[in-house]
Amino acid sequence: MNTPGLNHFLILSALLFCIGIYGLLTRRNLIAMLMSVEIILNAGALNFVAFHHFRHGGEPGGVVFPLFIIAVAAAEAAVVLAILIALYRHKKDLDVETSDTLKH
Amino acid sequence: MGLLTTIVLTPLLAAVAILFIPPQRTLLIKRVALAATGITLLLSIGLVLDYLGKIGLDSGALPAGRALALEYREQVPWLSNLGIEYFMAADGISLLMVLLTAVVIFCGVCASWYQEYRAKEFFVFLLLLVTGVFGVFVANDLFLFFLFYELAVLPMYLLIGIWGTGPREYSAMKLTLMLMGGSALIVVGILVLYFEAGVHSFSFSAIAQAKIPASTQLWLFPVMFFGFGTLGGLWPFHTWSPDGHASAPTAVSMLHAGVLMKLGGYGCLKTIYLMPEGAKVWGTFFMVLTTINIFYGALIAIQKTDLKYITAYSSVSHCGLVLFGLATLNATAFQGAVVQMYAHGLMTALFFALVGMIYGRTHTRFITEMGGLLKVIPFLGVAYLIGGFSGLGLPGLAGFIAEIQVFVGAFSLESWGHRIMTILAAASVVTSAVYLLRALTKMLYGPLVNEEHSHITDATFVERVPLVILLFLLAFSGMFPGWMIRMAEYSLAPVINQLHSVPAL
Amino acid sequence: MSGSWFLEHLWLAPLFPFLGFLIIGLGMRNFRPAASSTVAIAAMLASTVVGWGAAIHYFQNPDATPQIPWQYDWLKFSPQLIGRVGVLVDDISMLLVVVVTTISTLIHIYSQGYMHGDKGYRRFFACMNLFSFSMLGLVLSVSLLQIFIFWELVGISSFLLIGYYWEKPSAVAACKKAFIVTRFADLGFLLGLMLLSFYAGGLDFSFLTQSSTIQRLAETHLPVIGLSVLPVAALLVYAGAAGKSAMFPLHIWLPDAMEGPTPVSALIHAATMVVAGVYLVARLFPVFAAAQSAMMVVLIVGTFTALFAAIIATTQFDIKRVLAYSTLSQLGYMMLALGVASWENPLGFTASMFHLTTHACFKALLFLGAGSVIHAVHTNDMREMGGLRHKMPITHATFLIACLAIAGVPPLSGFFSKDEILAAAWHSGQYAVFFIALGVAGLTAFYMFRLYFMTFWSEPQVPEKYHHAHESPLSMTAILAALAVPSIFAGLIPFGHYVKRGELELHGINWWIAGASIAVGLSGIAMAWLLYRRPNELPDRLAYAFGPLHKVVFHKFYIDEIYLFVTKKIIFRGISAPFNWFDRKCVDGFMDLVAQTTLRAGGWLRKTSTGRLQTYFIWVLAGGLFLGLILWQSHPELLWTLAFAGLGAIVLALVWQLALSLSGKSEPLKKIDRD
Repeated sequence: MNTPGLNHFLILSALLFCIGIYGLLTRRNLIAMLMSVEIILNAGALNFVAFHHFRHGGEPGGVVFPLFIIAVAAAEAAVVLAILIALYRHKKDLDVETSDTLKH
Repeated sequence: MGLLTTIVLTPLLAAVAILFIPPQRTLLIKRVALAATGITLLLSIGLVLDYLGKIGLDSGALPAGRALALEYREQVPWLSNLGIEYFMAADGISLLMVLLTAVVIFCGVCASWYQEYRAKEFFVFLLLLVTGVFGVFVANDLFLFFLFYELAVLPMYLLIGIWGTGPREYSAMKLTLMLMGGSALIVVGILVLYFEAGVHSFSFSAIAQAKIPASTQLWLFPVMFFGFGTLGGLWPFHTWSPDGHASAPTAVSMLHAGVLMKLGGYGCLKTIYLMPEGAKVWGTFFMVLTTINIFYGALIAIQKTDLKYITAYSSVSHCGLVLFGLATLNATAFQGAVVQMYAHGLMTALFFALVGMIYGRTHTRFITEMGGLLKVIPFLGVAYLIGGFSGLGLPGLAGFIAEIQVFVGAFSLESWGHRIMTILAAASVVTSAVYLLRALTKMLYGPLVNEEHSHITDATFVERVPLVILLFLLAFSGMFPGWMIRMAEYSLAPVINQLHSVPAL
Repeated sequence: MSGSWFLEHLWLAPLFPFLGFLIIGLGMRNFRPAASSTVAIAAMLASTVVGWGAAIHYFQNPDATPQIPWQYDWLKFSPQLIGRVGVLVDDISMLLVVVVTTISTLIHIYSQGYMHGDKGYRRFFACMNLFSFSMLGLVLSVSLLQIFIFWELVGISSFLLIGYYWEKPSAVAACKKAFIVTRFADLGFLLGLMLLSFYAGGLDFSFLTQSSTIQRLAETHLPVIGLSVLPVAALLVYAGAAGKSAMFPLHIWLPDAMEGPTPVSALIHAATMVVAGVYLVARLFPVFAAAQSAMMVVLIVGTFTALFAAIIATTQFDIKRVLAYSTLSQLGYMMLALGVASWENPLGFTASMFHLTTHACFKALLFLGAGSVIHAVHTNDMREMGGLRHKMPITHATFLIACLAIAGVPPLSGFFSKDEILAAAWHSGQYAVFFIALGVAGLTAFYMFRLYFMTFWSEPQVPEKYHHAHESPLSMTAILAALAVPSIFAGLIPFGHYVKRGELELHGINWWIAGASIAVGLSGIAMAWLLYRRPNELPDRLAYAFGPLHKVVFHKFYIDEIYLFVTKKIIFRGISAPFNWFDRKCVDGFMDLVAQTTLRAGGWLRKTSTGRLQTYFIWVLAGGLFLGLILWQSHPELLWTLAFAGLGAIVLALVWQLALSLSGKSEPLKKIDRD
């Protein structure tokens, strides 16, 4: 087989993105949803890296953006986990279906 | 500070002043309100006399152009990047309406003298309301006009919802929502007019003299006419009026039926002024609707037994006459419409004041439960009779002047459709007589129906003042109509010139 | 003061009673009642003096022409059409001024006695002054607008005076009926006014009666229906006149108007207000003369009314009702006389005005005499009277004079005026009208003397009433005597000399016509004498013989019942109630429907806020995809890639999730077993 080209990486990142979306929408456990969000973010980062590697552009965006994504993902995970802990202390479960007090 | 701004701001300042008065001191609150409205009354009388002096009472020259014949200008740029100015000025019609407003609110404050429940808030909102009304009549910038228009509508909700009687929340909601609907149409109209005129100004005269494309006028005219017409009680958007007036407290009904509904007529006149081609196309259509107004309101009033509803449907009928006169696009009918705005305003304020006073004494509004009251409350009874005579267009009282001019003017439209509508409108003199005499004689004449009524007292001094003022003005204007007609004629000349400057379609 | 002073200041004549009205009505609350009548009578006396002064000056001047000593541009419809108010002086206006002021003053004085002690004394005199003001304004009108204004004012005065005893439901009903029926007629008047304002371009009488105006109106045709404007306008204006003068079928208000006090009936419903219609037609005589069809209507309606009312009068028992129907009949005579008049033969015009004058005198006398009788026996029903000639000599004598006058017995005034009408009818060639009028004359004599005999002769039917009856006070009997004088002598005035239109040849009396009228008059009296002089069953047997016919006539041909039916059932229930229903259910219902729909739509849309995080994510994703689809339209190759690889999965996930949300079920909950 050939060495993986740009398209392969793009398809990989698209697949990861979709897996993440699927998990985000269908999982009931909030931590599982958080994990799916991480997958989505990483898929996006992978996309940037792939383009940076295969298009000899030398644009700093291709490297800086994945770094941003990693940092932001980490910060966001920390915040979300803090919220989840508070929520768990109050409700004793992490089911997203039952957290609907803001409904009509 | 110019005279017009003084008139507009006096009630506002009084409202602010009342906010600082402790709520228990109701007498002081009422005195402040009375003083403020008294000042506006004196100022407006002075303005009318001054204006008459300027234009000359014996009819002579009329303005030739299409710009409004304005006096007492106060023109200050406000939001100049949009072309909005603080432009206050008055012509004869505005001053007539300002006088009407001042009289009605003064009488309204007197009629509310015994309002004790949350009197402070009541008078604050009432004065706020009247600020809006004054402003509408003297604003000459469309934006400013609309601002005051909204200011005039919003306090109604609270006034009716809190101090009203009967299904007051429903009536207040219905009234406010329907009038807001009308306002929505108006604001669309204002914006379209501004952009189509392209003169970077919101002033009436400037927009009127710009060429607004006929295709725009074709759809915009009915939009705006319906918008203003809703406030003016145009059929079929009149239904806020019966419930609204019936549920509102006395002074609010007086002001609303007496003056606010004339805002609608005034706005419709301005709409015709701004869009003459549209008026010519749509005139007949609106004539049909307003004819329905006239006999519809009268026929329903025949059937009603609640005094407030009778008066409310009578207002639908009479305000329909105003719009009818405007829809004919005839100079004499226009004069009649303007006089009717003034005359009916006085008349209906009188009616609602009386109804309120009678209700306060008999605790019923149903004529079936009343009878023979003339013996017990002769002053109120005679006042009611005279008001009723004005309502049915008796010569010698102001209503006749208006009606005869509208009918004679409308008759000059020669097509048979127009003639039939005019005849139907004129037939309202019979139906008005029927429902008015029915209500009056049932209530005042005959034997005393309810024994408890034999102990009620006649009008107190404070109550007599507004009745005497209104009756006097009705009689004076009815016997000496020259000044009203002169003011109307002079101020309508630009509108007529505007209508003549476009070719007949 | 010279005569011309009176002419120039003739506007004082209506002004005095108007001031009287204001002073009495507004200012005299705390004065003695007698002060009110004093002010009222003083005002009327002043008015009478001015009126007579002007009239004498006018009539004595052989070159007198119609003139307008004062007028004012009151209502400016447009620069071309101006409604004017003023004082018009010509033969008929001067005649009416004299009649109105004199009779009004006399009745004011009579009322002092009649209304003495009544609680509403002050109100009565205020309204009487108001009426006199309105009537004088009417007869002095210079324009159609002015006469319309005072027409309405007279109507409202009548309303107030008929409803004087407003605690009686019958009086309330009567005053309402009077006003509404005349209002209905006034609608026609108003339409005629509108028509003339447009097609003639002016409302002044001097303008409308010019031959050039009339010519122009005759030649103008209404669009669509093609009729000439002139007869249509004339007929519409006549509608108003017919209402005020109570022509059939607008006569129904007049008999009920008898609910008012008797002086009111005398002044308003006999002598003055009801002749306003006749006056209007006379005022517009050139217009009517040129519009033959309109004149024909005037003639037919007048003749019919005269006959119709006379027939009904023969059956009524209320003394005032009989007099009311008599008035209707005589008004019919006046309209009839105008109807037969034309430029070639203008005798009818003079005859009508002549009869108006004599009728005012003897009818007022009859009513006031009836008032005197009612005052004495406290009943209106003639069946409770009888033999009163012994108890009330002055009333009796004056009443007899009036009866003779109305029956047309020479040489009293009624004979002359009636004779002129008959002569006018004969000479105009309207022979049917002549014979009907002759028949009516006979009927008139009959029912009047029926009334006379039942009241003053016969036997007292109710002894207590008879016992208590006494002659009325001097203030009343003096007036009766005063009115008897013109009732006797007014016929001797050569009317045609003073009041005429066109060229009037004055003949002597046509003895054939006069003879015929005297004959029918005497036979009518004779019939009444036979039937009523002594109590007997002849009248009842006659009534029985006529059976159903008599019943119909007695119930006034059921017209009142028809009127009630139309107003209650048709207008109230049939028209007004459906409109009411429509407004409440349909128009209002539509607005409520709009509100309800908005509320319901809001409620339905609320369901999208499930509160669940994942639902919101789906919406975000769907929105993002939609935007992406739009944006990527320019790069189709990318679209393919994404569609293949990703969309499939996403769509699958979306469908899965939506199905789960909608069905309400979800994956089995994996419980996190902790704590």
